[in-house]
Amino acid sequence: MRIVAKGLKYSYDPKAKFKSDALKGVDLVIEEGDFLGIIGRTGSGKSTFIQHLNGLLPVQKDGGTLLVGDYDLSFVNKKAKKSFKDLRKKVGMVFQYPEYQLFAETVFSDVAFGLKNFSPNLSEEEVEDRVRTAINAVGLNYFEVKDKSPFDLSGGQKRRVAIAGVIVNKPEVLVLDEPVAGLDPKGKDEFMSLLHYLKKEFVKTIVIVSHDMDLVCENCNKVAVFADGKVVKHGVPKDVFSSAIEMQNLGLELPLTVYLTALLQERGINIDSDLTVDGFINAVISAKNGGGL
Amino acid sequence: MREVTFGQYYPVSSFVHKMDARIKILLTIAYIVAVFLVKEFYFLGYAIATLFLLLACIFARVPIIKILKSIKAILFFVIFSSVLQIFFNESGNTILEWEFIKITDIGLYKAGFITLRIVLIVMGTSLLTLTTTPVELADGIESLLSPLKLIKFPAHEFALIMSIALRYIPTLMDETDRIIKAQKARGADFESGNIFKRAKALIPILIPLLIGSFRRADELADAMEARCYTGAKGRTKYKKQRITYRDILGLLAVALVLFGICATNGWVNPNWLIVLPI
Repeated sequence: MRIVAKGLKYSYDPKAKFKSDALKGVDLVIEEGDFLGIIGRTGSGKSTFIQHLNGLLPVQKDGGTLLVGDYDLSFVNKKAKKSFKDLRKKVGMVFQYPEYQLFAETVFSDVAFGLKNFSPNLSEEEVEDRVRTAINAVGLNYFEVKDKSPFDLSGGQKRRVAIAGVIVNKPEVLVLDEPVAGLDPKGKDEFMSLLHYLKKEFVKTIVIVSHDMDLVCENCNKVAVFADGKVVKHGVPKDVFSSAIEMQNLGLELPLTVYLTALLQERGINIDSDLTVDGFINAVISAKNGGGL
Repeated sequence: MREVTFGQYYPVSSFVHKMDARIKILLTIAYIVAVFLVKEFYFLGYAIATLFLLLACIFARVPIIKILKSIKAILFFVIFSSVLQIFFNESGNTILEWEFIKITDIGLYKAGFITLRIVLIVMGTSLLTLTTTPVELADGIESLLSPLKLIKFPAHEFALIMSIALRYIPTLMDETDRIIKAQKARGADFESGNIFKRAKALIPILIPLLIGSFRRADELADAMEARCYTGAKGRTKYKKQRITYRDILGLLAVALVLFGICATNGWVNPNWLIVLPI
């Protein structure tokens, strides 16, 4: 599914006298297969934007156009609302602290909740099959957790259950708002490898919103920078993070590899890498072997 | 939900805003009593109460529209009670009769009377919440209830519970909003189906909300203990409440309303008034 937003505008209170728009004309294309990282300061419109992707926030009148695959979400009329359920099946959304949305008595029924909503005609066996696949996919032992209460699990496990409850619907696009917030460094790493695994096996496109520049730089193949309700930069991490001054003007910190590249450059050593940790180290090693150091 | 005026302080500086919260609470109670005292169909009493409200509104510098909006929340209740009065009143002269429906003049009078009573009371109390911050209100209630400490009534705790509840209304609203969105993203449908289906659809919202509230309560209790909160004993107030000339004037105004309503009810013997100038 290709996602195309053109001039997307949104205001939380369109009738207010001095209305301040959360989105002021977002132009962004998300290609199928992208692992997109959305960064930007608090209040730059990131969360507002991603809530448009599955119709949780409808496109307003004169609010620009939004195409998600075959679905035209642009403001038309009330009829368009009906397709949202189908759309939400294909665009899975994981909110910040998804563990707080768990409610069922067992992990199994919580994961099956979305599946039963979206695909009410599945047989018992099919439901069990899909739920087992989803729970195993997020790295939990199905037989160990399926009858447990979700509230008896640890924080990290709860979050995995919540994500299983989204990927069980086999979405094509997975959108995550601040997925690693509140996790320790090891938990973050594990979580990101989980996302890479899910992208390989289950979903085609992943969009994450994050404040962690290192994480975005390391894991995403595309980065979009939001500032004041607009996309100010979009592209591969190398291009987006190329201008340190610009990033700082936008109130964003630099990924460690970018910072180190800049420091090395000050000392006359030019390192050209894709800004992932591995890529950076390899570039440093080859510079050393080539006599640059 | 966001339209409910309750707890929506209107932040301006005015005569009424500066009044002591305790006096304002007492005056509001007196005003409610006054409205209830109006004898059936003595609409003149309501005219006095309305006049008082208008004046209070001007002194509070609160736009009248704000006070009128408070009626919206109870609109259903008002309509329901007046419909009951109109259709189920048997006495009085019949105005309209059709099949089993019978509308009488007394029924109409009663409906109008009760509607006015509810509307006047709600507008009066919303004036209190519009001009008094929730914290002042809780402090005022604590202070008014403190005599009950003699019979071991936990006045301080009562006020604390109230102010915490008020403080968490917006937080819980945001949380509800978030959970609704999260469940909608998982295909939950709150808009279709019969009433039982819709009630059942609320479970995925209510349970996370309840659990979240317990979590917040725990966190709040920890934060309070960490700051050495031990209850009412030895606790002083950051803002001392004081009675000023404004409160005296307010008392006089409400006393006048009470007197006026008693007079229109015919409870005031004119002979008493003659004694006064002497």
